[in-house]
Amino acid sequence: MTSMPAFISALGRYEFLQSALLTAVMVGIMSGVVGSFIILRGMSLMGDAISHAVLPGVAVAYMLGINVLLGASVFGILAAVLIGFVATHSKIKTDTSIGVVFSAFYALGFILISMAESATNLHHILFGNILAVSDRDIMSTAIVLGVVILFVSFFYKELLITSFDETYAKTYGLKTQVLHYGLMLVLTLVTVSALQTVGIILVVAMLITPAATAFLWTNRLGTMLFLSAGIGAVSAISGLYFSYTLNWASGPAIVLMAAVLFAFSFICAPKQGFLKWRKGGQSA
Amino acid sequence: MLSVKNLTVAYDDTPVLTDVAVHFDAGKITGIIGPNGAGKSTLIKAMLGLVKARQGSVLYQDQPMRAVQKQVAYVEQRKDLDLNFPINVFDVVLTGTYGKLGLFRDPGKKAKQASQAALEQVALGEFAHRQIGQLSGGQLQRVFVARAIVQEAAIIILDEPFVGIDLQSETAIMAIMKQWRDAGKTIIVIHHDLNKVSQYFDDLVVMNHGIVDYGPTEKVYNARNIERAFSADLSAVLFDEQEVAQ
Repeated sequence: MTSMPAFISALGRYEFLQSALLTAVMVGIMSGVVGSFIILRGMSLMGDAISHAVLPGVAVAYMLGINVLLGASVFGILAAVLIGFVATHSKIKTDTSIGVVFSAFYALGFILISMAESATNLHHILFGNILAVSDRDIMSTAIVLGVVILFVSFFYKELLITSFDETYAKTYGLKTQVLHYGLMLVLTLVTVSALQTVGIILVVAMLITPAATAFLWTNRLGTMLFLSAGIGAVSAISGLYFSYTLNWASGPAIVLMAAVLFAFSFICAPKQGFLKWRKGGQSA
Repeated sequence: MLSVKNLTVAYDDTPVLTDVAVHFDAGKITGIIGPNGAGKSTLIKAMLGLVKARQGSVLYQDQPMRAVQKQVAYVEQRKDLDLNFPINVFDVVLTGTYGKLGLFRDPGKKAKQASQAALEQVALGEFAHRQIGQLSGGQLQRVFVARAIVQEAAIIILDEPFVGIDLQSETAIMAIMKQWRDAGKTIIVIHHDLNKVSQYFDDLVVMNHGIVDYGPTEKVYNARNIERAFSADLSAVLFDEQEVAQ
C-alpha cells in the first residue's frame, strides 16, 4: 500500500495523475453546486434520469464526430421536455413519466453505442475513466465549471425562490419554466463532464450525496452551496488517492468517499444528525 | 377597482367556475367565504394567473392583471412549503423584494432595511436569523405577511391566513390588514370561520360553484345567502344565535 507522501510524489511525476485530479476536483465542485438545487427542488430522480438520458447523445456525437457536450445537451433537454410533456398531458405522475422516458433513452443509447464504438468505450462511459483525461477534456470541464458558476451567480435569487416557493415566484411574473429548463441544461452539461470521472451510472451520486451531506450541516443556502462544492472536491481528491494506492476503480472510489462523508454527517451533524435526533427523542 | 368579468375556469373539462363576475374595491377588506369546493381558491388562482382561464378577463383599473402583476402580493397557504429548506426568516421576507428588482439585481441596503422593518411590524424582529422550521404556525404566517408588506403591492390576496394559528398572530395580521386598507389597498381574504365574518370584513363574496352574492358585509351576510352557499342548518344556527344575542 502506498502512503500519502508517495501519492503526492506520484502527483508531481505523472501528468496523467495531475489531469485526473484537476478534472475530478472540478467535477466535484460543479456537481456539488448543481446537486444542491436538485435535492432542494425534490428532483433527485430527475437528476438520475437526465444523467442516463444523455447516453444516446454521447453515441450520436461519436458517430458524427461532433462535440460530446453538444450531442448530450440535445438529448438531455429532449428528455427533460418529454418528461414534462408526458406528465402534463396525461394523468400519469411525474415520477412515472421519468421512469418511462429515461429508460427508453438509456436503452436507445446502449444500442447506438454498440453500433458506434467498441465495448471498452461503453465500459468507460458507464464507469468513468478518469486516468485517461485529455487536455481537451480538461478544457471542456473547465468551461462547464465556468458556465455553472455564472449560471448560479446570475440567477441565484431566482434559483432560490423557485426552489423554495415556486408559486410565489409565478405570482410576481417570473418565468419559472424557462429557469427549470435552464437548470436542466446545466445539469446535462455537468452530467457529461462527470461521465469521464465517475461514469454515467454513478453521476447521480456526485449530484446528490455531497449536496445531501452539506444540507445536514447548514441552514443557509449560500453556505450549503460552498459546503457541497467543498465536499464534492474532497470526495474527488480522497477517492482518487484510494483509487491510486489500492488500485480501486476511480469512479466508485470517489462515490464511496462521498458516501463515507455523508455517513459521518448523518451521525454527527449538529443540525439534524442522527445523534441530535436521538437526544431530542430522549428529552421529549 | 379590481374586476372579474365573465370568467370561466375548468380543470380537465370539468368547469369549476362558469361565467363569473365580481369586483373588489380599493380601501376595503373583502372576505371570500363558501364551502369546500366552492371555487374560492380557483377564483384567486385565476386572478393571479396561476391557473389559466378558459374565458373572461381580470382587470385592475382597466388594465389586465398580467400588466400589473408586480402590484399583487399573494400570501399562500403554508402547507405546501418545505419547512426544512435552508433559509432563515429574514431571507424569506427579503424574497418579497425580488419581483420589483427583476433579473440580475440583488437586494441592496434599502431592500434589507425594508425587510427588517417589516419583520418588526409583525413583532418578529428578534427572529430574523431563525431557520423557518423553528417557528410556530402563527409566527410563520406573520413572516409571509411581512413579505407581503415588503412587496408594497396595491392588491394583497391571502388564502386562509388564519388556519391553524394562535389568536395573537391572528390579531397581529388583522391589524396589518387594517393598515393596508387605510392606505387604500385592495385586500382579498379567503376565509373559513364564519363567526368572525362581520367583525373582519367590509365587503363579502359568498361562493358556491360560482358567486352566490357579493357586496357590503352587512347586506350580503344574511341567512338566505348562507343557506344558499352552505346549508339551511348552518344558516339557522348562525343567524338564530345572533338574534338571541341581540
